Amino acid sequence: MMTNLAAGRAADRIMDMAADTAAEAQEMLAITDLKTHFFTQKGVVPAVDGVSIRIPEKQVMGIVGESGCGKSVTAMSILQLVSRPGRIVGGSIMLDGEELVGKSVKEMRNIRGNKVSVIFQEPMTSLNPVYTVGRQVSEAITVHRQVGKQEARQQVVEMFKAVGIPEAERRFNSFPHQLSGGLRQRVMIAMAMVCQPKLMIADEPTTALDVTIEAQILHLMRRLEEKSNTSIMLITHNMGVVAEICDFVYVMYAGKVMEQAPVFELFDHTKHPYTKGLLNSIPKPTEEKQRLYNIKGMVPNLLRLPKGCRFSPRCEYAMPECREREPELYDCGKNHKVRCFLYQKDQGGGADE
Amino acid sequence: MNNTLNHDGAKVLAAAENVVKEFKLSGNIRRGQMVVHAVTDVSLNIYEGETLAMVGESGCGKSTMGRLILRLLEPTAGTVRFEGRDLAELGEEELRHLRKKMQIIFQDPYASLNPRMTVAQIIAEPLNTHQIYGSQKETEARVKELMKKVGIRPEFTNRYPHQFSGGQRQRIGIARALALNPKLIVCDEPVSALDVSIQAQILNLLHDLQKEMGLTYLFISHDLSVVRYISDRICVMFLGKICEVGPTEEIFRAPKHPYTRFLLEAVPKPNPHLRKEQKAFLTGEMPSPVKPPAGCRFHTRCPLAVQRCSQEVPVLRNIEGRQVACHLVTA
Repeated sequence: MMTNLAAGRAADRIMDMAADTAAEAQEMLAITDLKTHFFTQKGVVPAVDGVSIRIPEKQVMGIVGESGCGKSVTAMSILQLVSRPGRIVGGSIMLDGEELVGKSVKEMRNIRGNKVSVIFQEPMTSLNPVYTVGRQVSEAITVHRQVGKQEARQQVVEMFKAVGIPEAERRFNSFPHQLSGGLRQRVMIAMAMVCQPKLMIADEPTTALDVTIEAQILHLMRRLEEKSNTSIMLITHNMGVVAEICDFVYVMYAGKVMEQAPVFELFDHTKHPYTKGLLNSIPKPTEEKQRLYNIKGMVPNLLRLPKGCRFSPRCEYAMPECREREPELYDCGKNHKVRCFLYQKDQGGGADE
Repeated sequence: MNNTLNHDGAKVLAAAENVVKEFKLSGNIRRGQMVVHAVTDVSLNIYEGETLAMVGESGCGKSTMGRLILRLLEPTAGTVRFEGRDLAELGEEELRHLRKKMQIIFQDPYASLNPRMTVAQIIAEPLNTHQIYGSQKETEARVKELMKKVGIRPEFTNRYPHQFSGGQRQRIGIARALALNPKLIVCDEPVSALDVSIQAQILNLLHDLQKEMGLTYLFISHDLSVVRYISDRICVMFLGKICEVGPTEEIFRAPKHPYTRFLLEAVPKPNPHLRKEQKAFLTGEMPSPVKPPAGCRFHTRCPLAVQRCSQEVPVLRNIEGRQVACHLVTA
């Protein structure tokens, strides 16, 4: 009986693995065990410490976490833009089957803006104030494609229309300071999308915008993702934004992925105490002016990480085991993985709560 | 706006009466003098012990309102009263005296603390300015008491701001604001620069302090979930004008002004089941406060606008326990 069961489990696992390889075929981005460390005078800061992230084709993938959890450094690692004293010390980043780690500066120049593009939080500082926005977006085309100035202009105007910039023809000749924050962010998105990249990284794209404009931009990103073949990696600290447009979510804390799951699964069956804490800290409309839940303490200093689970000093469920060794990512079924000893027993099975 | 008591019998602590604030831009020979209409004809009461939230998008004049109430800015026209006294009529000495009762907490805890002063010096500054205590010892004791109150270990008196995290710095800013036992604190986006888990800690602290010390807050924020949690009443502003004022829960349950409705709708909710395929969007951008639209200032973006909206400025009318400025809303 026991052996039968064990054999059955093994068979299941093989099936799972087969399913995994099938899924890998359409993966746009596969980050495996990425380690990006910063070598400072005070010691080594493991900003990204063994992160594995997979983004299938045509998906919006969210990375959430508080400041200092390593979400932006992960993005910069993909773009190979981590500057000294930081360095990728291990792992692999496959973009559409192509390894990015170890690529030369020249090779990356051909990939950035072409196969992978990025939009940043502050659209004013990422646009050059002395060139017209049209010229800046055209540059992305003329650098990567063999097209003339006129054709580039035409493509840019079309892209401006696609991202909802009114009077696209006229705006082509505008300077960044003549546009509002929302329009500038649309220009950034146009610039990121104009070469039809495989992956667009959006690092807090709406944090600096007002809510009514934020809603417009999120809607636009969702629509572009549906129409093109671009996958989106959305970095945010706002659980509301995640719930609004993401398909799959990774929750990061102090350089590690703590929980990963499809968006509905994550919100409906939140498992990791940190994720629960993040969601509970958001003021809810239902509760009557009672005290807000808060995660005690603060994010640890990455130079002096606690022993065992990184979240254990702040965790209300922490057990002695948590302070001794670090939990792995346990698979709870339904594509839901959690780095917490509480779910160790669920591993491999589809155990539900 | 002559009622000095609200339903619960609370007194008006601060009031704005038909306040206007315009900022002059640098002149231009061709276009002439340009003026930013930051706040236009706003009347508002702040009752003792309440938390009144000012919400709206950037450029709507909510921060300007906060600074006008504290008289950090002088109004172009209109009157600001604190405890019934017209601030414009007070002499310098009297105004200084009254200032003890009103304080402000700023958004950016990195920029609002002097990096060259220790925590003790920062918190003691208002005490020394107003010469509250005769001896250094008393001041020190008060500083330690304040630090304990906001949750900072009193042993840290000699540390500098850079040795603290964002949340702790915001606590220092709160301690400084509390030093003189104020009645009114203007909180200008006090938690928007903080992470959610820290944000919850600060909101709880503000809530506890209000209960303990009977504080009145004017809470300026663009984050509506925070506003819903902390405030008793909300004042929604658009381009220098009030759209709607009323009790928080009622406005969230049934917003009357079209702008309030769109604003609430736009907030991304942390629940993927509430994701709507076709959200009602506000199209377009904020009009310029240099040349605000005629009539209702919202009419260029309002999907419900009729001809009257572009011609006639709607007045703030009392409708079912709140005030709304819209031609289309009737009782």
